[in-house]
Order: sequence, then C-alpha cells, then structure tokens
Amino acid sequence: MNALSVHAPVLLVATPLLAAFVVPLVAKLGSTVRNAVVGVFTLLTASLAGLVAANVLAGSGAPSVYVFGANPLNLTLPSGMHVPIRILFEVDGMSAFMILITALVAVAATLYSFSYFKEHSGGEMYYPLLFLLLAAIFGMEETGDLFNFFVFLEIAGIAACGLIGFRPWRGRSQEAAFKTMALYTLSGLFVLIALGLLYGQHGGLNIAYLSSRVGAGMLDLVALGLLVVALGTKAGVAPMHMWALDAYGEAPAPISAVLVASSQASLYGLFRVLFTLFGAAVSVAALGWFLIALSVLTLFVGVTMALLQKDIKRLIAYGAVSQIGYMLLGVGVGFTTSGSRPAYGFVAMQGGIFHMVNDAACIGLLFLAAGAVHRASGTRDLNRMGGLGHDMKWTAALFAIGALALAGVPPFNGFSSKLLIYESSFAASPILAAIAILSSILLLAVFMKVFQAAFLGPRLLENVREASRGMLVSMLMLAVVVVVFGLFPGFFVDKLVTPAAKALWLGRDAYVRAVLGG
Amino acid sequence: MGNFPFVVAMLLVILGLYTLLFKRNLIKLVIGASLIETGVNLFLVALGYRTAGIAPIYTYAPPALADRMVLPTPQALTLTSIVIGLATTALLLSFAVVIHRHYGTLDVREVKELKG
Repeated sequence: MNALSVHAPVLLVATPLLAAFVVPLVAKLGSTVRNAVVGVFTLLTASLAGLVAANVLAGSGAPSVYVFGANPLNLTLPSGMHVPIRILFEVDGMSAFMILITALVAVAATLYSFSYFKEHSGGEMYYPLLFLLLAAIFGMEETGDLFNFFVFLEIAGIAACGLIGFRPWRGRSQEAAFKTMALYTLSGLFVLIALGLLYGQHGGLNIAYLSSRVGAGMLDLVALGLLVVALGTKAGVAPMHMWALDAYGEAPAPISAVLVASSQASLYGLFRVLFTLFGAAVSVAALGWFLIALSVLTLFVGVTMALLQKDIKRLIAYGAVSQIGYMLLGVGVGFTTSGSRPAYGFVAMQGGIFHMVNDAACIGLLFLAAGAVHRASGTRDLNRMGGLGHDMKWTAALFAIGALALAGVPPFNGFSSKLLIYESSFAASPILAAIAILSSILLLAVFMKVFQAAFLGPRLLENVREASRGMLVSMLMLAVVVVVFGLFPGFFVDKLVTPAAKALWLGRDAYVRAVLGG
Repeated sequence: MGNFPFVVAMLLVILGLYTLLFKRNLIKLVIGASLIETGVNLFLVALGYRTAGIAPIYTYAPPALADRMVLPTPQALTLTSIVIGLATTALLLSFAVVIHRHYGTLDVREVKELKG
C-alpha cells in the first residue's frame, strides 16, 4: 500500500498509457471484454488520481516531488549538483485539483462512450486514443519539467485531434481536426522556441530551477510572451479561440467533454508559467491587466456569438469558450494583485480556480446531453428539433440543470464560483463585475432559447427514444457534482480550492524549495 | 559566423509562418508547419553546439577532455521534437487526404463549412 502511494504520481500516467496499448489487443476478444478492460483501467486511473490528490491535500497542498530513477525518490540534487538533471514530477495543491477534474471527466466520458459507440465499429482505436489523451493530460498536470510538459502537450494534441477527426465519414470533422491540429502544432512549436530560449540562457528546464533564475531580461520576456500566446491558444482564449469551436462542435460528444479538461490543462500550464515560473520576475500589474483584457474579450465573444448559433453543439462550444473567460478573469485579477496581496485577490483566485471544476462538470454535462439529443433526433439543427422533452424527460431535466449551472443560477455550482468572481472583480474594477454579470445574463437567455427550441413545444420528430441507461448514468454523475458543489460550496472551497489557490498565489517559494532545497 | 545558424533558423520559422498564414492549399499548409518545425530544430541544435566540444560518452574518454563534453540536453530535445514532428505531419497529411476525398479539393477557400 505504501509503495503504491509513493509511486502513485507516475502510475497515474503509466496506467492509462499501458491501457492505450492493451486495449487494442484485448479488443480482438470482442467488444464486451474490451469494454470491461476499458472500464477497469478507467476506474484504476481514477482511483490513482484520487490517491495522488488525497496524499497532496493531506499535506494541505504542499508540493511533493517524484524524481525518476532517483534513490530516494525525492532526491533532486544528487552528490553536490546544483542543477536538477533528472526529470521529475512535482504535485502541489493546484496539480491535485486539476487531476481530480480530469479524473471526473474521464470516468463520465468513458461510461458515456460505452453506450454512445455501441453500434459503431472502431472502438479498438477510439479507447486507446482516449487513454493516450488522458495520460498526456495527467502528465501535463503533474510534471515539474518544462520539456516534459511540452512532450505531454504534444501527445495530448495529437491524441485529441485523432479523436476530433475520429468519424472520417463526416467531412466537417476532418476540417475541424485539420484546423485544430495546425494550430496545436504551431502553438507547440512556440512553446519549444520558448524552451530553447530559456535553456540557452539558464541551462536547465526544470520549472523550479528556472523560476529561481529567470529575470526580466529581453530573451526571458520573449519566452514568456511565446508561452502565454501558445498556451492561451491551446486553452481557447479569444482571439485564438476559433479552433475550440470547431473542435468541441465536431468531436464526438464524450470527447468534447474530455477536450474541455484538456484545454483546462493548458490553462493550468499558463497559470503555472505565470505564477510559479515568472511570478517573481515580471511586473505583474501590466501582464495581469493584459490577461484581464483577454478574459473580457473571451467572455464577450463567447456569449455574443452563442446568440447566433443554430447548431446545438457549436452553441455549447461558444458557452465553453465564454467560461474560459471567467476562469481567466478570476485568476487574472489574482495575478494582477499578487504583488500587494489584498484579500480580494485571493477570493478572485478561489473564484477562478473553483470555476474550473464547475465548468468541467456543467459544460461536460451539456455536451453529453447534446450528444444524446443528436443521437435521438438525428439532427443538431435547433430549428429542426422541438418537443423532445415529451420523449426524453431525463435528458431534458439534466440539460436544464447544466444550462442553469452554466448561466450561474443558484443553487447550482456555477453560481457559487461566479459569485466569488463578481465580488472580487468588483473590488478590482466595477466595470469587470458588470461585464461578468451581463455575460451570465446573456448566457441564461441563450440557454433558455436552446431549451425551449429543443425540448419544449409540440412533438416535431417521431420515434424519438430516451437516451440509453449508460448515457443517463454518466450525465447523472456530472449533474450530481453540479448540484452538490452548488449546495455545499463552502466545504469544497475549503478542502479543494483553497489549497490550489494557495499553491499558485503563495506557493512559488515552496515549489522552488521542494526541488532546490534551502 | 556565431549567430549565423540562429539567423537561418529564424528565417525558416518566418518562411513557415508566412506559408501557414497566406497559402491556400492544405498540403502547402502542412509544408509550412514542417518548415517552422525544421527552423525550431535547427535553433535547438545550434544552441547545443560548442566549438571543440565532444560527445558526452565517458567510456574510454581521456579525463583531460571531460570539461569539453557538451550537455546532451539540446540534442535530446531535438530528437524528441523530430519524432513529434513526424507524427503531427503524418496526421495533418492524412486529414488532408480525407478532406480531399470529401470535398474534391484542397483549397481552403472551398473547404469552409465551419464558420461563425
């Protein structure tokens, strides 16, 4: 048990990676065996994620280091070295929080896929790609080494695009996959140039080591700029959000939910770069206001363009983009104030970070419900749907929960995190709070329209059947998270969000000390 | 001579960016992405080059040369990046093939169902 606990960080990446290569082999034995193996591996991965997170949160989010090949495993600087040479994982409160989000989405998406892909062939390729994507996301969230981060980023990109274009009989999915892959490649290469610049200057790629070395020199700032642009693009921040709409809209429904987690992992990378890597080196106010401006633009674009959509999944994709704006707004306000550290700055951090898990749950729920609607009605065009609520009562109710949570209506989870964001961004500038509230109201209007168009009114389509049990159970799982997080926000903020926010906002020195000692 | 490789690397990156942004043919877009990648790889290799450096293989190396050994990290980065580049290029090209099968063209102006 102890050995398992010690090695859990690496097993969390190794298990889905192993699954990715085992599943195609056992798929030869038929789809029941395959699904059983997929299910076992998913649960195993989720339990490991829980174990890693529990270990870190038990130490109230202090970073724990896992050095590959070292003996003992937390030996970062063997025999008088000054630079950490070995690749290492460094898991702190923020990483633990992200790992839990990914695990939640992974379990829901896998369970949903069992029913969603029942009639399709190709599962022996679908699940391996999904596991590769999960392994890469977990890796991005755990690693303490920038090059390692780049490798996981690229694996995530390749696996994600394979899944976006997984249905080659749909021309539009290929178009979306090509666009996404081109942008992913470009932003991946930007990250690599930034790594080259940092390595050339400081001779190391370990995040903690670099953090102790970077300054506000010209080349370091160029590297920072490249990293912000590249990771912002991969997270779907406007004005580089176009790929996200195509990708979320055209990917199979469960994959859209996992892509949200993958975008959030890029956002986590951005936060890590800003707070941990460059937190002490740059003028936080200027960069922070730049981030806030981007977040407002993202909010604005996401919400206004959602009003115009007729395709249900593309509409939800715009909703997903606008939610990235909320997270960036909260964390941006926190970053701007991380020099003087007023109380509202920490509330903003809590709000932005809490919104990540809330977004993953409610956007994930909406994507899954939209997938069920598409499957039942055979169309994604809102003008051709109508009255689906007569035959799909459960899906309609679950969709309503997701939509209300997304629009920030109490008592659902979106409200609790958005309230923290409104409150703290008001302290930074009342205009920000006004824009954030206005966007929420517009989102509510948009989703009222969707709900009305799809589920209410007279029956327009014949032979519509309720979503299958597996799909409903996975949606119900996310809906329970939405409701429970909305009813008891104080508990989750204390237990999960505060360690994560502290790790980013205040934890830079502890992060560096965990590797370099002293 | 010292900065020449970096100039070439950046030229390659800029050429690739130009191709990616202004060309209309999907295959040319892939070539653009490939050019950027080559530029970045060249940048990394140039970073790792040391005049009169030797490979860091300790077996049979005379102790006098130990301080002229180069750190192999940039080479390792480049090797990884080449492998990743192969995967992305292959994936992009296969999407281009399927797109051509669907739309009968590789012109991005005619492949644009996803808008707005």
